[in-house]
Amino acid sequence: MTMTIDLILFLILAVVAVASALGMLLSRIAVYSALFLVLNFGTVAVFYLLLGAPFIAIAQVTVYAGAIMVLFLFVIMLLGAEQLAPGKALPWQRPLAVLLAVTLIVEAAYLLISRGAAAGTITSPGIALNDMDSLRALGKALFTQYLLPFEATSILLLVAMLGAIVLTKPANGGRK
Amino acid sequence: MVPVNYYIILSAVLFTIGALGVLIRRNPLIIFMSVELMLNAANLAFVAFASLRGSLTGQIFVFFVMTVAAAEVAVGLALIVQIFKARHSINVDEMNNLKG
Repeated sequence: MTMTIDLILFLILAVVAVASALGMLLSRIAVYSALFLVLNFGTVAVFYLLLGAPFIAIAQVTVYAGAIMVLFLFVIMLLGAEQLAPGKALPWQRPLAVLLAVTLIVEAAYLLISRGAAAGTITSPGIALNDMDSLRALGKALFTQYLLPFEATSILLLVAMLGAIVLTKPANGGRK
Repeated sequence: MVPVNYYIILSAVLFTIGALGVLIRRNPLIIFMSVELMLNAANLAFVAFASLRGSLTGQIFVFFVMTVAAAEVAVGLALIVQIFKARHSINVDEMNNLKG
């Protein structure tokens, strides 16, 4: 089996992605967790580029690594969330969680590999990523076949915005 | 040439790390980030299969998942801020009643 450039790139990025996810899980300070998660989202964006999805990759960087994580950092710093005292967790909770996680990954890997499209390789696009055809096709599909879900997401975002505003309104300002 | 199975295994690993974070962490912000990680792992599997099949539907679905995730984060963080204001604590173990 020849080690192609794609495979080497994939393995390096996979190590970075898994390591940053573990760092998010294990770091005790919430800000470090958020920064590890930004790194993870960045590597996943590079995976999207390798998979030939440039629009999704850029949307990942702007929406996830940009907007969502900035919101997280704001809230962490607003609340001083890392002052959470190490409470009295249930003693059997952690081993049970690890056991359940191992079970989950074993059966997920088994099912996805045995029932999924098992055979098949993905060749990452080279110069083809740079032309406009994939973006044009994506936009056309989004605004013709998937127009109704697209409009529904606009209403969803409006409702979420209103919900956030109503929830964070000062408590005495809401009552007349 | 990367076998699609590698992407799926990576997606499963990331999803499991996210699930583990939801199970063992007590800080709701970290739990929230773990949920985002799980959504992201699912998105990776979507894009990998879309790329394998040469279809755009997976990418469009990922777009919708991102929108829903953004809405969810806005509302969820607003809820966390409000719970912190009401109780001066965000430990999930203490969020055990709905009276606020």
